[in-house]
Amino acid sequence: MKRVRIITSELNRERDEEVQARIGCEAMSDVAIKATDLTKRFGDFTAVDHVSFEVNKGQIFGLLGPNGAGKSTAIRMLSTLSIPTEGSATVAGFDVQKEDGKVREHIGLVSEKMIMYDELTARENLTLFGKLYDIPRDALNKRIGKLLGFVRMEQWADHRIDTFSTGMKQRINVIRALVNQPEILFLDEPTLGLDPQSTAEIRELVRRINIEDRTTIILTTHMMTEADMLCDKIGIMDHGKIVALDTSAGLKRSISGNDTTLFEFEIANLDARILSSVKALASVSSVVQDDPTHIKVSSVGNDSFDTLVDVLRKNGAKIRTVKNLEPTLEDVFLHITGHEVRDEVAKAPTPAHRDGPPGMRPKKRVR
Amino acid sequence: MGVRRVLRHSAWICWKDLLEFSRSKLRVAMLIIMPLFMMMMVGFIFPTGDSISQQPVALANQDLTVNGTSLGDGFVVQLEAVNDQTGMMELRDATGFDDIKTMIQEGKVSGGIIVPPTFTADLLAGRQGNITIMTDQSNPQMSSMMQSVLTQVIEQLGTQLAEHNLNATYDISLEEAPAVLQPYNVELKGIVPGDPNYFEFVAPGIMAMVVMMSLMTGLPHAISYEKDMGTLDGMLASPTSRWAIILGKVMAQTTRGLIQGFIILLLSVLLFGVVIHGSILLVVLLILLTVFSFVGLGILITSFADKEETATMVMMTLMFPMMFLSGVFFPVQQMPSFMQTLASFLPLTYAAEAMRKVMVLGAGPGAIMTDVVVLAVFGIVLLVIAVPLFKRAMNR
Repeated sequence: MKRVRIITSELNRERDEEVQARIGCEAMSDVAIKATDLTKRFGDFTAVDHVSFEVNKGQIFGLLGPNGAGKSTAIRMLSTLSIPTEGSATVAGFDVQKEDGKVREHIGLVSEKMIMYDELTARENLTLFGKLYDIPRDALNKRIGKLLGFVRMEQWADHRIDTFSTGMKQRINVIRALVNQPEILFLDEPTLGLDPQSTAEIRELVRRINIEDRTTIILTTHMMTEADMLCDKIGIMDHGKIVALDTSAGLKRSISGNDTTLFEFEIANLDARILSSVKALASVSSVVQDDPTHIKVSSVGNDSFDTLVDVLRKNGAKIRTVKNLEPTLEDVFLHITGHEVRDEVAKAPTPAHRDGPPGMRPKKRVR
Repeated sequence: MGVRRVLRHSAWICWKDLLEFSRSKLRVAMLIIMPLFMMMMVGFIFPTGDSISQQPVALANQDLTVNGTSLGDGFVVQLEAVNDQTGMMELRDATGFDDIKTMIQEGKVSGGIIVPPTFTADLLAGRQGNITIMTDQSNPQMSSMMQSVLTQVIEQLGTQLAEHNLNATYDISLEEAPAVLQPYNVELKGIVPGDPNYFEFVAPGIMAMVVMMSLMTGLPHAISYEKDMGTLDGMLASPTSRWAIILGKVMAQTTRGLIQGFIILLLSVLLFGVVIHGSILLVVLLILLTVFSFVGLGILITSFADKEETATMVMMTLMFPMMFLSGVFFPVQQMPSFMQTLASFLPLTYAAEAMRKVMVLGAGPGAIMTDVVVLAVFGIVLLVIAVPLFKRAMNR
């Protein structure tokens, strides 16, 4: 997987260079999206809090974070569906508020909920949206044929969406957003609720769209592996703020290497006392218990390993195995936010719904 | 954004909505069955003379013979003849007022008819003959039913009496007479030929109402549903204008309303004997105007309702008073005055009135000008309020 990612980004780089060479002297920048202090409030609740980032053309940018972190709201503002309370953003060089019509011509949106009419066929769905982008009939038919071929669904073109499996639906849902050949594609949790096979398919599809169509992609996900696999650049969101913004490797470097090391201990007689003794150590920045015998410890300092082992032995812990772990994005998230992704879900002040807390919904609508 | 582009997009959205609708056979079947049920319901649910049968009614003929003639007997014979045709009453013999009163109190009969002793004498002397109808006050429909039967009887009796008079005086039969002046004439007269028919009263109103219902329930449903499903985001994120979305939805709902309206028209003419006196073109234009007057209200509710369920509930709450207050089923003039005032604020009142004028009375555009203006003003005012709210609601 890792290798694929590297190949992808190499291809991206190659393409970026090509794109830059092509547009050459034109005063066009290679920035596809620029968000500046983007903020959205629903009543007292701030869903997105002064978020700023840039996405270059041809990049896959990931907004990573737990449910309710504000990723979807950010996407909705960038795709002109929601008006920012504060701040601004340009998408494909157009202001999302002042030139929303222009923005819409250049983007494709795969929302968390599928944008498809279940009782219509795949072709009818694609035709409707193609027509809303004023694509002439012949060109549209050609485009639809090509898109269906792209996801190997030609033979299903005239079948109703509600006869499809979730994976097939999502493939059509993704190509629906490509009908206008968008420069920028927004994908809001594109693999949510899919089985592992469909998930892999969609991820592969996202990569191909990025490579073959030279499409800039912004995707949101709460899955660390997904962001790790697909994204050239990752923004970690928590409570409406971007708390870290870097490449996957850069993010990982920030917690391992230098001073920080990540260990996994397998302790046969792991109990609360041992756990709390580890947590009490000054050198330990975080402890996660994965199962009854395993703990993951992130610690700082050159002699941190010795200190850890000393404390464990002193408390009578029977250490079975020790591993020095490559940090994952999950560890990065834990390190930066101080809590686990799944903790967030339980503690989140907002439900999973993208519109913010239910109590505030009517308010915001009649605003 | 050009007007033609908006129209083109709205046509595609309308196409999509109708295509989606047509995918369910049940929905299409209901589209057709609903107006049929509606017509049957309103046609038969309200008490009319025809709907009552075999009601026990006491009859007391106290008439005294004058010179061997008893018009009272003639009346009874006629009454029985008419009743045999309609089968509405089951006549029971009684002796007089007190006897019938007892019978009503005991619940044996629902009413009574008394032919007084002086009936023949009065008539022959050129005075009015009185017939007393006694009713069970707890059953108000009986009185109107008996009145309608007696009217028929008296009408025929009048002819008979005329014949009798002709025979006696000139010795010619009724057919031979150059002109006959009937001694009693009960006349029901409308301004267009034909018998008055309750369907003629309700059909135009129901057409207006069905169009209103299809728009009022359909529009918020169509938009809120897509909002709930998330598909509306797809359209909102495309370069199509908000206008095209509303217009497309309105077009689809109007098409459905028009189909139902025409089914009602067809049923009324074919099954319920309604005769259309006005121009069909004017009827269609009026339906479109009705649509226009309700669009704003539909959009307004759509903007306020956050969920499809809310939208539907608000719609239902508004729709039922409108249905009953707007003179669709009962003439507005029969309502108490404060209800009439209320009715004058409802666009459906004017729509139903105008439709009725055109369809039943054959009125031209001039006669319905007030209604047309009121409907147009309703439509414009509501749209002016609704559109900014809708735009704001879309950009949550």
